[in-house]
Amino acid sequence: MIREITIGQYYPIDSVLHRMDPRTKLFGTMVFIVSLFIADNIWNYVIATVFLAAAIRLSRVPLRYMVKGLKAVLFLLLISVSFNLFLTEGEEIFRIWILRVTKEGVRTAGFMALRLIYLVVGSSVMTLTTTPNQLTDGLEKSLGFLKKIHVPIHEISMMMSIALRFIPILVEETDKIMKAQMARGADFESGNLIQKAKSMVPLFVPLFISAFRRATDLAMAMEARCYHGGEGRTRMKPLRYRRRDLAAYLTYALYLGCMIAARLLPAVLDQKIRWL
Amino acid sequence: MGIIEAAGLVFDYIRRDENDNIESVDRALDHLDVQIEKGSFVAILGHNGSGKSTLAKHINAILCPTEGAVWVSGMDTREDDRIWEIRKRAGMVFQNPDNQIIGNVVEEDVGFGPENIGVPTDEIWKRVDESLEAVNMTAFRYKSPNKLSGGQKQRVAIAGVMAMRPECIILDEPTAMLDPTGRKEVIRTVRELNRKEGITVILITHYMEEVVHADRVIVMEGGRIAMDGTPRDIFSRVEELKSLRLDVPQVTELAYELRKAGLDVPEGILSQEELLECLLPVLSGGSGQSI
Amino acid sequence: MSIRAEALTYIYNEGTALEQKALDNVSFEIPDGQFVGLIGHTGSGKSTLIQHLNGLIKPTSGKIYYNGSDICGEGYRLKDLRSKVGLVFQYPEHQLFEVTVLADVCYGPRNLGLSEEEAAERARDALSLAGMKEKYWNQSPFDLSGGQKRRVAIAGVLAMQPEVLILDEPTAGLDPMGRDEILEQISRLHRQRGMTIILVSHSMEDVAEYADRLMVMNRGRLAFDGTPRQVFEHYRELEEIGLAAPQVTYLAYALREHGLDMRTDVTTVKEARDAILELAGMKGKR
Repeated sequence: MIREITIGQYYPIDSVLHRMDPRTKLFGTMVFIVSLFIADNIWNYVIATVFLAAAIRLSRVPLRYMVKGLKAVLFLLLISVSFNLFLTEGEEIFRIWILRVTKEGVRTAGFMALRLIYLVVGSSVMTLTTTPNQLTDGLEKSLGFLKKIHVPIHEISMMMSIALRFIPILVEETDKIMKAQMARGADFESGNLIQKAKSMVPLFVPLFISAFRRATDLAMAMEARCYHGGEGRTRMKPLRYRRRDLAAYLTYALYLGCMIAARLLPAVLDQKIRWL
Repeated sequence: MGIIEAAGLVFDYIRRDENDNIESVDRALDHLDVQIEKGSFVAILGHNGSGKSTLAKHINAILCPTEGAVWVSGMDTREDDRIWEIRKRAGMVFQNPDNQIIGNVVEEDVGFGPENIGVPTDEIWKRVDESLEAVNMTAFRYKSPNKLSGGQKQRVAIAGVMAMRPECIILDEPTAMLDPTGRKEVIRTVRELNRKEGITVILITHYMEEVVHADRVIVMEGGRIAMDGTPRDIFSRVEELKSLRLDVPQVTELAYELRKAGLDVPEGILSQEELLECLLPVLSGGSGQSI
Repeated sequence: MSIRAEALTYIYNEGTALEQKALDNVSFEIPDGQFVGLIGHTGSGKSTLIQHLNGLIKPTSGKIYYNGSDICGEGYRLKDLRSKVGLVFQYPEHQLFEVTVLADVCYGPRNLGLSEEEAAERARDALSLAGMKEKYWNQSPFDLSGGQKRRVAIAGVLAMQPEVLILDEPTAGLDPMGRDEILEQISRLHRQRGMTIILVSHSMEDVAEYADRLMVMNRGRLAFDGTPRQVFEHYRELEEIGLAAPQVTYLAYALREHGLDMRTDVTTVKEARDAILELAGMKGKR
């Protein structure tokens, strides 16, 4: 099941978005997320939809593949939608038993759902088009100023990138150890909480040991390949802004401008009407 | 002088308890002397604990000798400031393919070594292209290592070493965790690098089929060299190999058994074709049949 | 008394883009006390198959019967099955977790609900069966050598006192001596305790030496099923699916192709030697 989560997985094709500088994509994702939080009317969502649709189109990743990532947050989505739907005060449309559905409820629930979906899809546009390495490179470079206050930013980003590489391996390993212990009569499901926790020992001890063994091996392999920290390292894929990145930043500015304008639009119209 | 030279090499694994007192000392290498010629293909055999992996780690300066010394291209591995130069010249491939690939994409992993030694970007790309081509993995360059088979992962690891432009590659049981197809892939790749690019290869293995093509076979036992010669020399000494708890290929053993039974078969048969050639005249004469 | 599989099919990730048929209509019966070699290259479905046999994976369609009862049937206790059909995974030493060797081997029997004493009794028995000397029993399993760790892990399954023992490449990563010792130990379990053995292996040479029967998997199907001699007759087809017969079998066929009256049903060095000596008319001289 864990293997089905698409967030954080790279989709290996070539597109404008794939070639874009990870910093540009990081920043764009941030802009998009912020814009979702200032959105509060239909025009905002229309603009956000256009922006997101354009990004998805440019990424050339099939929409079907992105939507699959939503499965992971489906539960969260359902909860927040139903909360908003049933608990918002306002003009009642209909009621089932004690659950009142209001006009305002439908509106907030709808926007809430859109916001969540866009949040997930928007961030997966970034992770699907950026390899974890580029992503950590981007973070390292963007947060480079932290080095001045002795934050080991290179080490942290190296750690993240290695963690990403080993997640699928460790997931598989967990599955294997679990099965091996089940073949020895282990029962990971029944019993109360304490018994359950206890039954996890035969799973976690081997898993930790294996993780340590892998870490030792990996450290040796990295040393053998002359790794000695960030000092004096060059880059195979150095981050360099190109024209498309400039275009992207301009688009962001335009987008953000539109969003703010749309947000203020009803108020402005209101004012105008009163003036008239 | 060979590309690699060890003289009086001793290495002790020292185990200490919590108070830093020495608990036990295991001598893994015991006054070992060896020279390896540039451009040769050397296979090292020996059962687990015979010291072969320890020797390999000395060549790459991962371990430092307790006594004696190792030189790689004339550089002493004990000198700290030569360490990166040594690791550049003598690359290493390990047993577990998963635990030595760092990159999340094949080409990025191959570029990891050159990045570490400060190769300029354009040059890194050139080296990555060439290395992937040399191990025949260009088609997989954008793939995630997790999607590859064991044999393919090891080829990526070899490409990662090749991108450092080494003179020598040490492979520490690179095929132990692979299936027969993967084993063949890796050995074919290594042989090609040796023949075409003139890379010195040191192959540590348990599989006897893999050593028959080597120029030289070294058998280790108890941290010393027990046997040293061409594959034919070594495989002529079936009894001795067995006493060192090692196998011989099936045809070699068959030839040895037939010879023991009195049949006129030479010593040190390495392949099925060879044995066939020897057997045909013997059998067609002996049984009164003709071909 | 047997394991019987009927039209076993298993599909990974059914209904998604990653759908993959791991087993495709596999049927067979393994009677009690047989030594079966299960062969196939990586991804041929052999690992999926053995996990079905002790109920770790449920078939997409098809049935598995153990001693006549359907293991996927209503009310069938899988825990009982797992004690009857022991499964030793690849690199089983990775599952060790206890403080001492003995305690680790006790894990299985304790899961079966046995008392501490009974569990310890079984564990001691299993450790001796797996060839672990008593001096190691109270050591930490993590201080042992690779080959010894593997024996402890095998003992961990033997302590369940299974009737059938399935081993997934028990010799992977061991040196030649470790390889021979483990195989010898398994063969002894078969001979002395009459245990049914299913040995998954890549090595034709190993399997030919010990197995009564070979099952060859390819792309989720059972490609060949018979005695080693019968199966190795298809050495050309075996090559096409990425496998090979033992070297001596090839030699025998080559001799025959050169017009010699050589027997071709040889699979081990010993058989080949005897056949060639007979051909040379030297049987009497020995």
